[in-house]
Amino acid sequence: MTVPDIWSPTDAGEVAAAVNDALASGQTLELLGGGSRRRLGRPVDADVLLDLSLISGIVSYQAEELVLVVAPATPLAEIRTELEHKNQHLAFEPPAFGPLWGDTSASGTIGGAIMIGRGGARRLTAGGARDHVLGVKGVNGFGEAFAAGGRVVKNVTGFDLSKLVTGSFGTLCAVTELTLKVLPRPADAATLVIFGLDDEAAVVAMRQALNLLPVQVSSAAHLPAAVAPASTIKAIADPGVAATLLRIEGFGPSVTARLANLKSALADVGPCVTLDAKASATVWSEVSDATFFAAGVAPLWRLSVPPARGAVLGARLAQQLECRHYYDLAGGAIWLETSAADDAHALAIRGALQEVVAGDGHATLMRASDDVRRSTPPFQPLTPVVADLTERVRRNFDPRRIFNPGRMYA
Amino acid sequence: MLMPAANQAQMARRSEFLSALRAIVPGEGVIDDHAALAAYECDGLMAYRQRPLAVVLPESVQQVSRVLAYCHSVGLNVVPRGAGTSLSGGALPLADGIVLGLGKFNRILEIDYDNRCVVVQPCVTNVAVTDAVASEGFYYAPDPSSQIICSIGGNIAENSGGVHCLKYGMTSNNLLGLELVLIDGTIMRLGGKHLDPAALDLLGLVCGSEGLLCVVTEATVRILRTPETQRALLLGFREVESAGACVAAVIAAGVVPAAMEIMDRIAIHAAEAFVHVGYPLDVEALLLIELDGVEEEVDYLIDIVRQIGTQCGSVSTRTSSSEQQRKSFWAGRKAAFPAMGKISPDFYCVDGTIPRRELPHVLRTIGALSASYGLRVANVFHAGDGNLHPLILYDADRAGELERAEELGAAILKLCVEVGGVLTGEHGVGVEKRDLMDVQFKQADLDQQQRLKCAFDDCGLLNPGKVFPRLHRCAEMGRMHVHRGALRFADIERL
Repeated sequence: MTVPDIWSPTDAGEVAAAVNDALASGQTLELLGGGSRRRLGRPVDADVLLDLSLISGIVSYQAEELVLVVAPATPLAEIRTELEHKNQHLAFEPPAFGPLWGDTSASGTIGGAIMIGRGGARRLTAGGARDHVLGVKGVNGFGEAFAAGGRVVKNVTGFDLSKLVTGSFGTLCAVTELTLKVLPRPADAATLVIFGLDDEAAVVAMRQALNLLPVQVSSAAHLPAAVAPASTIKAIADPGVAATLLRIEGFGPSVTARLANLKSALADVGPCVTLDAKASATVWSEVSDATFFAAGVAPLWRLSVPPARGAVLGARLAQQLECRHYYDLAGGAIWLETSAADDAHALAIRGALQEVVAGDGHATLMRASDDVRRSTPPFQPLTPVVADLTERVRRNFDPRRIFNPGRMYA
Repeated sequence: MLMPAANQAQMARRSEFLSALRAIVPGEGVIDDHAALAAYECDGLMAYRQRPLAVVLPESVQQVSRVLAYCHSVGLNVVPRGAGTSLSGGALPLADGIVLGLGKFNRILEIDYDNRCVVVQPCVTNVAVTDAVASEGFYYAPDPSSQIICSIGGNIAENSGGVHCLKYGMTSNNLLGLELVLIDGTIMRLGGKHLDPAALDLLGLVCGSEGLLCVVTEATVRILRTPETQRALLLGFREVESAGACVAAVIAAGVVPAAMEIMDRIAIHAAEAFVHVGYPLDVEALLLIELDGVEEEVDYLIDIVRQIGTQCGSVSTRTSSSEQQRKSFWAGRKAAFPAMGKISPDFYCVDGTIPRRELPHVLRTIGALSASYGLRVANVFHAGDGNLHPLILYDADRAGELERAEELGAAILKLCVEVGGVLTGEHGVGVEKRDLMDVQFKQADLDQQQRLKCAFDDCGLLNPGKVFPRLHRCAEMGRMHVHRGALRFADIERL
């Protein structure tokens, strides 16, 4: 394999010029920001590395309008610091996946977070990345700079290309600017931890917390006994049993009242403890970033299913495979670390998924060697009609397939 | 507003089309009677009317598929229609096309509390979703003002909002899954009861596509727990600026109310005269703020917001202490549209979004425009998210007043874009704002949107004449470096 050239444009105009150069010379481009999410999806073999890391910085931040405009390579850490000055945050809690490959140095860039399109644990109630992208500027595969969306929080003018670009893994365009919706950061938070539940009981308890009680849980996760000890929060790790986590956020008096409601309603379910705001923040970032599986090499999957079906699928997989797993999104997301296999057990996992939820869900391979991700589709194979439409949509952004060729589908 | 010229050759084939369509949808499912077609000649934007070639009312997704495949095979235009309440002319028929009415798709298919969602057919009304789950303490969050009659399918086409979207999102944020049919008859499912797309977010693209990409035949929507407590504050201000500053201060304090609505003097007076709920008449702006959640939270936030109101110079403050009183605070705001009917023969509702900080400047400029066009304008405003609804009062019986009202509306929307906002916050582009799209978007921006149209409907048969000011041939759109060849509406005729 030859080492690709590296082009490093310094502004949106140079990005457009670079794309046009690539079109003129028939070269393909791998788009790269901070690189912390580069090992998600299929490996890209492109002629040129389009290094966007210099397209960085906060363009404008209007806290009272709840609108943040940033260049794509702006580090998430920089954005967090800036937002914290105004007691705001990105409510979808963008996960940092660097630690999965042993890279704890950086939480990545906002562009990377939007391109992978995933939310963290608060996605359950606050929406995902897609729900917080208001506008996008980029250069498409025709070499044209274009804009979509707007810079206000409510807008239905024209097609919602921002949602399409979010989660597109850089296969539609080279993004040069993002407009995001930001929200006030909860003043306080607490987490109720219930110990000793099996998967099925945990999913029922999480559903109860979400459905029956006036408590407005913002996140709900379940760490089985094989995973809970991996938490850095001693109160969760030390008992050595399963831990079901229910997060409550808001103003102090509200958190206190809702926590009391939650405790009284779930009093009979099992022994529990309460985590304060600080411990709460730590454990939910562990849940969001899957740090329980950090720095490993074993294949790691994330399954998305109807929440009420989570435990059924989890139990089936635990029976079939040598694995460790935990649930986020009240059972709607299953993180699954398996033993090594040529196909990372894709056949078994996607087979079980199909049996349990039919077409209502998907399994994404989040970590595996380059070879495995080349031979096994990391993204759920689509039905033929959806695959056709997806390809037509992609082609209408990038007809010559110059952006991240093969990153999503071979 | 100019629509594409009707294709006379297609019009001449009407009886051939009718018999083919009747073979797919038998009985009374195809309407061609001139008088009966009148019921479909307009939607909520009643200034524009056009009788369609025919109306087809399928009953099953297979019929929808076969109707669309047929239309595709003979190049027949299709205008999808839900309840027909669009305020932007999204369901305005074409003389040379059929209206595909989804009215028979009116069943709730499944209520799934375990996964907190409801599966509905597209012509279930918005409020029917909430009604179906209210007894179990749930509701469907998006609540456009037409929620009693508008359909979920229409909400998806327009990505409808409502007064609660700052906190609870628009339709797209509450939509989990779709069954849809492409123009060639292909039936497919996107999403389901799980969160997040498997690959590209086609669901997100389809929502808000105004009937130009596909026909929705089933939707899975998210339901939420009904808040335990809702209370409202009514704050009066001597200056609109102070009301705007108050909204900003509430957000800055970290509070996201369930709703924040501003009404200006004309709207306050009209509403009060209509419903007599005791709105103060000596203020320039009234700010209605609703807080919801557990009781302890609402009580706590009411105090915070009341203090902010005082700091921002509110001259009257009322806090609801009962559900009845909360509803009376809302009664005036919710009656704002019918109240206009009392003080003016006709009114035209404009819908743009602005950065909130521009509110004083925008309202002053609207005042000046109002004077120069000689038409009164009342303003109601979803203040939390900057969505402005100026109501232009006019009399359609006076020659030229409708046209003047439209020109004034266009001037207001241009102003919204000038100050950093957008043409539409929740009503959609439709035909109404189609020719203003160039104000907000550059040609390359519109080209990229139209390419998506081509990916779904390369013959341009679904809802032509809406959203885009110019039509391009898809073959040209797909070519490199093609910026010429715009197929302008050369042979236009006035409706």
